[in-house]
Parts: sequence; C-alpha cells; structure tokens
Amino acid sequence: MNLSLPETSDTFFQGNSSLGHPLLPGVLDTSHRVILYLEEVTVTFDGFRALNNLSLAIDAGELRCIIGPNGAGKTTMMDVITGKTRPDSGSIYFGQTIDLTRMSEPEIVTAGIGRKFQKPTVFEQHSVFDNLELALRGEKRVRHSWHSRCQGEQRDRIAEILETIHLLPMARQQSGALSHGQKQWLEIGMLLIQEPELLLLDEPVAGMTDEESEQSAELFLSLAGRHSLMVVEHDMAFVSKLNSRVTVLHEGSVLAEGRMEEIRHHPRVIEVYLGR
Amino acid sequence: MRRSNPLTPPVCSFCVTFGERMRYPIFRQALCLLLLCLALLLPISTLQAAWEEQQAEILLGSDSEARITLLRQWLANGEPFAEPLYKALAEDALLIGNRRPLRKQDGQLFDLLGNQPLPEQELAVTAVTINNRLRREVQSGLALLRLFDADRGVRLAAANALQSKATLIMLPVLERALQQEKDAQIAENLRLALALAMLGSSDSQLRRQAVLVLAESATPTTKTTLNRLLLPGAETDREVVRQAEIALEKVNRRLLFGEALASLFSGISLGSILLLTALGLAITYGVMGILNMAHGEMLMIGAYTTYAVQNLFRSHFPQLLDGYLFAAIPAAFLTAAVVGILLERSVIRWLYGRPLETLLATWGLSLILIQTVRLLFGAQNVEVANPSWMSGGVTLLPGVVLPWNRIVITFLALAVLALTWSLLNRTRLGLFVRAVTQNRSMAGCVGVPTSRIDSLAFALGSGIAGLGGVAISQVANVGPDMGQGYIVDSFLVVVLGGVGQLAGAVWAALGLGITGKVLEGWVGAVIAKIILLVFIIIFIQRRPQGLFVLKGRQSES
Amino acid sequence: MDSHSSALPPEKQPLLSPLAWKGVGLYAILCLLVVPLLHLLLDAHSPWHISAYFINLGGKILCYAIVAVALDLIWGYAGILSLGHGLFFALGGYAFGMYLMRSIGRDGVYHADLPDFMVFLNWKELPWYWTGSDHFFLSVLLVLLIPGLLAFVFGYFAFRSRIKGVYFSIITQALTYAFMLLFFRNETGFGGNNGFTDFKRLLGMSITTPEMRVTLFVLSALTLLAALLLCRWMITRKFGRILTAIRDAESRVMFIGYQPLWYKLTAWTLSALLAAIAGALYVPQVGIINPSEMSPANSIEIAIWVAVGGRASLIGPVLGAITVNLAKSWFTVSFPEYWLFFLGLLFVTVTLWLPGGLISLLSRLRKGES
Repeated sequence: MNLSLPETSDTFFQGNSSLGHPLLPGVLDTSHRVILYLEEVTVTFDGFRALNNLSLAIDAGELRCIIGPNGAGKTTMMDVITGKTRPDSGSIYFGQTIDLTRMSEPEIVTAGIGRKFQKPTVFEQHSVFDNLELALRGEKRVRHSWHSRCQGEQRDRIAEILETIHLLPMARQQSGALSHGQKQWLEIGMLLIQEPELLLLDEPVAGMTDEESEQSAELFLSLAGRHSLMVVEHDMAFVSKLNSRVTVLHEGSVLAEGRMEEIRHHPRVIEVYLGR
Repeated sequence: MRRSNPLTPPVCSFCVTFGERMRYPIFRQALCLLLLCLALLLPISTLQAAWEEQQAEILLGSDSEARITLLRQWLANGEPFAEPLYKALAEDALLIGNRRPLRKQDGQLFDLLGNQPLPEQELAVTAVTINNRLRREVQSGLALLRLFDADRGVRLAAANALQSKATLIMLPVLERALQQEKDAQIAENLRLALALAMLGSSDSQLRRQAVLVLAESATPTTKTTLNRLLLPGAETDREVVRQAEIALEKVNRRLLFGEALASLFSGISLGSILLLTALGLAITYGVMGILNMAHGEMLMIGAYTTYAVQNLFRSHFPQLLDGYLFAAIPAAFLTAAVVGILLERSVIRWLYGRPLETLLATWGLSLILIQTVRLLFGAQNVEVANPSWMSGGVTLLPGVVLPWNRIVITFLALAVLALTWSLLNRTRLGLFVRAVTQNRSMAGCVGVPTSRIDSLAFALGSGIAGLGGVAISQVANVGPDMGQGYIVDSFLVVVLGGVGQLAGAVWAALGLGITGKVLEGWVGAVIAKIILLVFIIIFIQRRPQGLFVLKGRQSES
Repeated sequence: MDSHSSALPPEKQPLLSPLAWKGVGLYAILCLLVVPLLHLLLDAHSPWHISAYFINLGGKILCYAIVAVALDLIWGYAGILSLGHGLFFALGGYAFGMYLMRSIGRDGVYHADLPDFMVFLNWKELPWYWTGSDHFFLSVLLVLLIPGLLAFVFGYFAFRSRIKGVYFSIITQALTYAFMLLFFRNETGFGGNNGFTDFKRLLGMSITTPEMRVTLFVLSALTLLAALLLCRWMITRKFGRILTAIRDAESRVMFIGYQPLWYKLTAWTLSALLAAIAGALYVPQVGIINPSEMSPANSIEIAIWVAVGGRASLIGPVLGAITVNLAKSWFTVSFPEYWLFFLGLLFVTVTLWLPGGLISLLSRLRKGES
C-alpha cells in the first residue's frame, strides 16, 4: 500500500504555471495555489437562501477559520462542499480540475476532502483501533473488504495517529465509552489517517477542556502547510489562538475576510455580532 | 280489437318528435304534461267493462292461441277485471260459473266482475286450467299490470324490468301506462320500454323512431338493445341501422361519462376513508413520529363501538334507531382515544426515538387487540346496518347513483379534517403539540407538559381513527381483522404525503383513492393495487421525503 | 513501533471461539447423527424413537432458523429492518414448488400432464415461465436467481435513494403485500390461493418415506450451519465491521470514503438468498406453499424471532426461531385462542424489557456466575 505523502511535495506550493500543465480530470491540481474554489454558490431551502452567491477560495496549505452568527450558512457550506447538499447554482472546484458538484460523498472523500461533523460522529460500537482502521486510506470497495487485513505498516500508521490524538492507551476500548472531547479527537484522527488534502472541521473543540483545546490548536497549526484546513468555530479565543486568516459569513455570503485583529475592528462585523 | 292500428298511436310520435330535446329535464317535464293532457282528451271507451259471455267458452277451451289473444285483448284494453283475472289465473284459482269469471278464495267464491261473494251450491263451476305457455303469458301480463300499481316503487321496478323485456304485443299496454303515468322517472323508463317494443314492429318507420328515442338514453340496457339490433341480419332497413349506429355512439359516450363520474365519486369516497385513517396517522406518525402499527385496530375499535351503539339502540331505544350514528360518532372517538391513551401510557411512551422497536411493539399490541375483540364479539364479521335515511342515493344520471352512505362519509371526512386542522393550528393544544414535535426538550423547558401532550396527541390520532371506523362500518365489513387491510394503505398515504403535515396526507389520500378506483375499473382490483404499490415504490425513489416536504438544512444523520 | 503492539488489538480474529467450535461439534452430532438414527433405526414403540411429526417440525423450525439468521444479517448487523423476508422465503419455496409440481407427473387428481390447478382452470398448456421447471438443477438455480434478482434490483433502487429506517420497513412490507395479492390471482399461474400441494416425489423418489424425511432434515441442519458460518465469517471480516459502522453512523462511513450502497446491497442480497434457500427446503417438508406465506404478518413474525433471540449475535436468532416456534406449536394445540395474546405480549415484552433478547439474558447469567 502506498503510504507516501504526496502533499509534502514542493510542487504543491510552487505550481509552475508559466510552463503550463495538463488538466487531468480527477487529479488534484493546485498549480494556482488555490485548493478550493466556491464561486457564486446559492442554496435555497423553501425560499430561504441559506447560501447567497457565496464565493470563497482556500489556498493550498492554508489554515482558514470561518466564523459567523447562527444561521450564517457555515454548516450548509460544508454540506455543499462535501456533496451532502447540491447547490442550486454556482460552482465548486477542488483544485483546478475536480468539479465537486458532480460527485458523491465517498468520491469527494476519496478525492481528498475530509470532514468532521459538528456533533462528534464515530462508530460507537467499534473499538478505537477499528475506527481508525476503517478510515485508513486505501481500497474501499466491497470485494476488498473480504480479505483485507490490517498488518505491518498500516498498524504502525494507526499507532502513530493514536499517539498524535493521545488515544493510544484506549486503542482497544469501545469508542462509545470515550469522553466527548476524546471522541472529537478520535474523529479528527479518522480524518488525519485518510491523509486528506483538505480538512473541514465543524466546531472541533466544542466540549473540550481548556487543555484539550490548547492541544488541538497546536495540532491544527502543525497540520497547516502539509494540509489545508477549514475550521468553523464559535469559540473566539480558540480562533485567536490559531492566528490565521478569518472569513466572516453572514446571511449566506462573505461579510469580511482578513486577520483576526482586522476583523475585530470591522464595522459591519461589529454590527452583525453586537446586534443592530 | 277496438283500435284499427294500435301501432301508430299519437303518443309515440310525440316522444319521437321531441326525442332530440329529451335530454334536458325541462323538456321532459313539458312532454309529460303534454302527454297528460292528451291522455285526458282520449276517448275513454276502452275503459268500459266488456266481458262477453261467449268469451267464457274460449277461456275454458283448449285453443291456446285463442285464449292468449283473448287475454292480451283484455290487457290491452285495460279491462278492470283483467288484473284480478290474471292474478287468479296465476294462482290457479280461476273458475267459470254461470259464464262469469269467478275466483275461489278461502273456500268462498267471488265474482270477478262484481266482487260479490256467491253461494257455492247454486252454481256449477268449472276450473280454468292453463298450460306452461299460458302461464308465461300470465306472468308477463302481471308484470305489465304492475305498471298500474298505486305504489310508485312497484311501478318504477316494473318499468325498469320492462326496459329489457318489452315486446311488440305489449305496445298498447305500455302506451296506456305512459298516458297515465305522472312520475317523470317512471315515464322515462316507460318510453324506453316502449321504444324497445317498437323495435319489434315490422314498420321500419316505427323502428327508426324507436332508435331515435333510445339514442337519448344512457342505460346499459339500451346499449345491449342497440348492440343486438346491430348484429348482422338483425335489422334489414339501412336507415334504421345507420340511426342505430349513431345512437349507439351517443349512448356509449354518455355511459362512459357516467362511468367516469361514478368511479370519480367512488374514488373520492374511498379517498375520504383513507383520509380518515391517514389523518390519525398524520398526527401520530407524521407529527409525533410514532409508527403505530395498531392504528388499523383503532379503526376496528371505532367500527365495533358503532356496532355496540347500534345494538344498544336496537334493544333500548328502538324508536331512535335511525339516529344511532349520531351517538356512535362521539362514542367511537372516545373509545378509540381511551384505548390510545392506554397504549401510549403503557407501552409506546417508553419507545420514543426508537422507531423500529415501536413498530414491533405496536404490531404486538395490534395482535392483542384483534384477539381481544375476537374473544368479546366472535371471530365472524358483525352486521352494522345503515340508518334508513342513508339508504338509497342521489341519481345523477340514469345508472349513476351516488349512495347516501358514501356522501355522508365524504362529508364526515371533510368535517373531521376541518376540525383537526383547526385543533392543530388554532388551539393551545395544537400549539403545544407542534412545539413538542419541533423541539421536545425546549418545549419542556418553557413549561409545556410534554408527557401529557404526548398522551393527548396520541389520543387525538387514535380517536380520529375511531371516527374512520364509524365511516368504514357504513360501507364495508366489520370484523376483527378489518384493521389489517387498511394499515398498509394508510401508511402508504403517509409515506406519499410526507411526514409532518396534514396537507400532504389529504392530497395523498384523495390521489390514491381516485387513482385506485379509476385503475380498478380499468384493470381490476388486484392489479390496480399492485400498480399503485409499484408507483409508490418508484415515487419514493424520486422523492424519499414525500410529496410535501419542508426542505431544511441537512443535519448530521 | 513494536512498542505499541501491546496496546493494539491482536492482528487476527478467529472465526469462532473454542467454546463455539465445541457447540458446532455438538450440533453436528445431534442433528446429523443422533436424531436421524433415532428416527430411522428405532422401532416406533421405543421410548427413544423420534416420530415423523417431530422430524418434520424440527426440519420446519430449522428452515425458520435459517431465515432468522438471514434477517439478523441485515437487521442486526446493518440496521435495516426488512418486513419482506417472508417474500424471499416464499419465492424460494414457489420456485422449488414448481419443480415438485412437475414431478407429480400424471399422478395428480386429473391424471394430466399439466399440474392439477391448471387443468382445473382449463389451461391448455404450461405458461412460458414454467419452462424448465421439470429440471432439478434448473429449479435450484431459479430458487437462487429469482429472489436474488428481485432483492438486488429492489435493494439497488431503495438504497440508492437512501431509503432508511421505518421507510424501508414499510416499503418492504408493501412489496410483500403486493406479491401476495399477485399470487392470490389464479391468472398469475401459481395456483391462486391454494398454491402448490400434493407433492409426490423429489428426484424420482417418494417424498413421504422416512429416508427422504431424514435427508431433508439433515440438509436443513447442514444449511443452517453453513449459513451461520458464512455470516460469522462475513462479520469477522472488514466487511462486517463496515456493515456495523453503516448501522451506527452511515454518514461517517460515507465521509471516510465508503459507498454504503454496495455494502448494504451485498448484505441484503445475500440475506434474501439465504431466505430463499430456506423456503426451498421448507416446501418439500411441509408439503404446501401458498400466498399466505407472503402476508405481512408472516414477515413481521420473522423479525420477532430475531428480536426474541437477540439481534446481532447470529446464534440468538436461531434460539429465537426455535423458542417462538416451539411455543407456537404448543399453543396452537393446547390453547389456540391465546396464541395471539402470547405472540403480541412477546413483541411488547422483548422490545420494552429485553432489547438484547434471550442471548443477552444468557450472557448476563454467565457473568453473574463468574
């Protein structure tokens, strides 16, 4: 099984666009530095515009925080990117060539986008180890599931991730018995082990202790560069800690974008957050 | 014979002349009035009694031909003694004594001409015996005589029967009956019978007129008559054939329209039964999310309550029997609601949020309910009778009758729908129910007594199903297993209509009801049901959330 | 990173525990040797003799147990409650019943080439879909093909549209209901409400001999064992872990890159095939198949066997099928009017107080002992 990490390759950050490059469908192409494009995406639920002409771009290797009041469209945006909801109009591209609006959820995952849900979702009846094993990158078709065995390198990889998410001692435990914060971590571990190019994290530190949340911030910062991350959070202290570019969503479109300090003094953002 | 040519009476030409316009009721009524006036103007010589003594010899003789001619003549002339004589003949009670027709009854003799009892010993009497041919003649004669009965119902039935049986020899009698008839509906039937009789005539002009009359009707009988006329070799006159073809087309078109109307109506009434069953489900499953497989048994309980109330009225208030339905409606609602509360409190409440387990447990409850009813009332179907005011129906077209019981059910369904809607949307209980469905814990936090609301809402859903049971008891069989037959249908209504609202259930119930009935007329009941199920399965593929679904943010499973 | 291996679970999971292998051995001795020999060799008056009635009842219950295992695979492990397994069971039965009907030959009531019911309906020749039903192997193929194909096509469309939970249950119920109505019709060509009966022979041998009875019993017992081992094998593979993962958090399965459709479809079709095989074994043993086997009530009863025994345990459904059906045989003879009460109460009790079924009770007892 090929376990090399293509995203560490330098070409991902220095696409040589002057020489031109082949546009291969299905192959991630970040030659223009951008890994995810959302262009004029609109989603309507019974007349209510959850996303309203939303345009957004995430660079390869970037850590981006998304904030916004309730109902701003944060979760809907994640649904649209991961194929759970189809947009009424607009386009979503992963890199230059992969059109996400035409793909099913598993196809999008295989293309390299991992998603953590708002509510931690792990397989509660399975052991922590099994959770990670199922999430391992690799062949996911039925006929491989009969004889696939988890051995050698793969076990090492799982152990490595277990260590990263501080769950190595609990490897044999049923994941349903974990605490809320540990489940969050397990879910993050399940994303990491897929080695996605882009991680979508919906409120990753909700329910974590301060210490856990601190460790999470460190983890995400260390991931940035190798992976691209999109973090939706309510916890402003946590967002400040990440010290990254922040996008403010409001009523389904981008209200402001910039560093945390800039955002903090943006008049429209203050108006939205503090009320009119 | 007193009339030289009985085949060209003025009456006939009238119905033919106006035939084209007869489809309009106003013309029919005008025509009837006209006929009535004509009848009054006619010479009344035929009504005089005319028993000639030498006729007694013929009656006693063995010449069947002569005897039949004699009988027909009396009948055609409308002799007052014709009817008692026919009756006596039919009962083998006709005697001839002193050359007068006599009837023997309870050992006494009566003079059919004067109806006086006669001392038996003075007379030498001879019984009139008849053979089978004569007996048939007497029977058809009696059928004709019923056209003159005082009771409207008897006349109507007789006229109806003659529509397919009239023959040329009945023509004079039919004409006379038509002259006397004051009821428009009977007159209409008589005209058709007359036309059928005229078809037997050798005069092609008369047959053509008959066809024109038939063209204006819309009964299956006329269709058969015309079809028979169009059989190869049945009719020689080309003009008559041409007219008959046109007439058949007209009749067919009218019949088809009538059929469509009838199946539309029975679709609506089936839809309203489905609606009543589905309405309860729309609350328990649609609004509360409880998959109650015992819902069909709530119908059954409602129907059995109706049966019990009916029996109570029959034994204690027989004079009020016709009104038992008005007592059955609240009783059925309450009984089903109470059973509903019991189920909710004892079993269902512990299974909220576990739909598959609820499904199994409520299935078990349904088995228990069925068996309980079986032990209480027996395994056989019980008989629930319609109140007398619900029998019969409204005739839209000849052959298209809307039965009263179905009309009542449709209105009952509408009333229940209106009540439920306003209960959910206009009352505090409804507000609470909606609040609990949308966010149980939040509703609890703001002081809504959630567990009581659950019980009440479940009771409401069950009670409405009980009302459905009252409705079903008026049109279908009532037995312990009756609920099982409706549960699949009503779940399909809810699946089709979408969860969480009444509008979906209403449209789905009506849609399924009407399509079902229309398909049934086309391909038969079983195939219709299968087509519907397949359709629903395909439909669910396209719109898994049902017809009317509120789209919303996709939450995480 | 060998230092971690102590914390990680072992690499291999055995197919069965040593205790379970002992159980398999005991089962094999009992069903394949003891019972047949007690029936065949002993005199009917001997107290140890097992009567034909019990062999038939046993064979019947073994078939039920196979369906229960089949339903457990899809309900217990994949979380998909089918209320239509009676349909696959009956279709398997009908497919094999066609062969049995043809084997009657001219020994029917009318002594005709056609099956009796066709003579009765005044049919002149076999409908086209009866072609080949006189060949044993073709019929066995049909037993697998017809229900398998139906399950595959239906499952494909249902799972593709992501129909889940009670919706799926209701639709499978509607499906079996539709088929029941279809098979009740005389015109469908499967004997209307009387179905198939009066079978005479199987593979040229009389169907009523003790040897045939025992053969069918042993065949049922072997099939049950094979079904159990197959299902056990599947769930100890990664396939099984993905199946249970789909049951517990389907969206998460999708978001780690699996297409649940194909996993569900595989389990579903296999489950339907097992049910069909059970049906085919059932028909020659009870000697009749009619559309009432497709009634929604029958399918729901299968679910209660599984629930009583204990879902997601494989051996549980077998226990459940045996217990409930033994109880049914006893009740319908001793207190026929109370059977429905008992069954109804069973549904309620198991869902309310014993969600883990009998098997959870047993394991609780065992824990209490140790």
